[in-house]
Amino acid sequence: MSARESPASPTSEALAQVEKGHLDRRVLGLSRPTWPFVLALAVAMAILPFCFNNTYYITVLIFIGINTITAVGLNLLMGYAGQVSLGHAAFVGLGAYTSAILSTKLGLPLWATIPAAVALTSLIAYLVGMPTLRLQGHYLAMATLGFGIIAYIVFKQWDLVTSGTSGIVDVPPLSPFGRTYAETPRLFDLQTYYIVWAAACLLLVLSANIVDSRVGRAFRAVHGSEVAASTLGVNVSGFKIQVFVLSAAYAALAGCLYAHYVKFVNPEPFRFTFSIELVVMVVIGGMASVWGAVVGAGTITILSELLRSVGDYDVIAFGVILMVIMTFMPQGLTRAASDLLQAILRGRRNR
Amino acid sequence: MNQESPILLDVNSVTKVFGGLVAVDNLSFAVPSGEHIKSIIGPNGAGKTTVLNMIAGVLKPTSGRIEFEGMPTSGLETHEIARLGIARTFQNVMLFPNMTALENVMVGCHSRSVEGLLSAAFRMPSQKREERSIVERALAKLELVGLADNAAEAATSLPFGKQRLLEIARGLASEPKLLLLDEPASGLSAREVVSMAEVLAKIGNEGVTVVLVDHDMQFVMDISDEVVVMDQGRKIAEGPPMKVQNNPHVIAAYLGEED
Repeated sequence: MSARESPASPTSEALAQVEKGHLDRRVLGLSRPTWPFVLALAVAMAILPFCFNNTYYITVLIFIGINTITAVGLNLLMGYAGQVSLGHAAFVGLGAYTSAILSTKLGLPLWATIPAAVALTSLIAYLVGMPTLRLQGHYLAMATLGFGIIAYIVFKQWDLVTSGTSGIVDVPPLSPFGRTYAETPRLFDLQTYYIVWAAACLLLVLSANIVDSRVGRAFRAVHGSEVAASTLGVNVSGFKIQVFVLSAAYAALAGCLYAHYVKFVNPEPFRFTFSIELVVMVVIGGMASVWGAVVGAGTITILSELLRSVGDYDVIAFGVILMVIMTFMPQGLTRAASDLLQAILRGRRNR
Repeated sequence: MNQESPILLDVNSVTKVFGGLVAVDNLSFAVPSGEHIKSIIGPNGAGKTTVLNMIAGVLKPTSGRIEFEGMPTSGLETHEIARLGIARTFQNVMLFPNMTALENVMVGCHSRSVEGLLSAAFRMPSQKREERSIVERALAKLELVGLADNAAEAATSLPFGKQRLLEIARGLASEPKLLLLDEPASGLSAREVVSMAEVLAKIGNEGVTVVLVDHDMQFVMDISDEVVVMDQGRKIAEGPPMKVQNNPHVIAAYLGEED
């Protein structure tokens, strides 16, 4: 292959474009448009259910989608803004419980209960985050750790409202397409599958848009240096609260989808270990990459299905995985895979 | 220096005490607005960086007041002071390591832009328009400091001299009236110091006032309109470089002679 002619510098190209009145941000290494990737993912996910007959696989894919939603939000908080939450299971739980309680006990329709659950969870996240996020350092991790444990105890003990350990039964299913879909198991699974993955793909696009914007740069600046960010006019505590509440809202939505898919809500899924699983999803998928959330959620959801038989010991497996990934692929699986792919492509080209 | 130009920054009897240590002791000076470079020099530990930190609002003075355009800044948070039009750089360069050079400068545009979370998430037309203008403004600042060709590179992979210039471009992107520079020449090669001086001249042409802290006498004397000399927290001399250079107190502080 002949050596390429040296191209004009990216900036002079960009400046020329500015003069012509249209600017391709890619020239400056800014954003690669995400929608083609999301479109590819959406198409793949749309076809996938027809590749196997086993409904169990559909269920697992639904859980991957639900966890992807939480992980995308948590990744905005951890990967981009650099704040650690060890209590995100509680926000998933709050979303699930709120929507389940409002729909069973008050008989409200889901189009009202789901937004209400997201709003209430966001408000609670705001109250949890506000006192700690004004401080520098990892106080948020401590506060959310405590909050997660308290929330779990409340789910378990507040019998009157949460029905305690026996849980809330007969949670109404998602049924935007009518009862036939809601009451035929196979159709219900498929319908939920498409709703969950449509939501996941939409949130991926929105998150990628946020990351590559004034607000997203403020998040990343806070991660990079709080002092430098504040001397540039970035309201550091304001943006920390904003991204924390946003990530809790994602988690609440995931919780709602969970409650109305499983049609049963009990405290167990929202234990501390689930918070850790969520953190592991973000870390192994790759922090600071919206795609990492999909890879991480997929890997951990499948793993925890495979590790069902070992019960609570699955935490050990997650711990080991976390250590191995942090040691050998600190950028996460997504980055490691793309580096590998690029190395292979480069190798081919050089041959 | 133009005597009629109004006061931009007024530092009035400011004292800063850390524990039992008096870092800045009853310091006063004023800076006129417009093209003007005021330098604060002094030996290590004289309290120079503490002064910059107080002006930028990173530290609060123990006593005394700082006024910017006639308005006291004491009750304001750092980001609010930045919004008034004060930008700064850091002695040990604090770039955002997870961003490209251009993105760093784009963060600098933060206080002069408004689009929020939802308009970003849904890529509203107003957001797209603002993003375009942010890119253009940031590129212009990179051009100004001569880093236009490094726009797409990771900020922290640039050589140190360029990182210093990048930090200045980032500060300028907030369109400040006052730019605070903490040891802009330290760690630079002789050639880089020359280009730094050129950049500072260009900044002046844009009407931005500069307050800088350094201990490189030669660099400071070459570029400054006025110099404040500090020693152990106190101001020991103030005036045009030529006059200050011959002040016996200054010579004593720098060379350790008895006076």
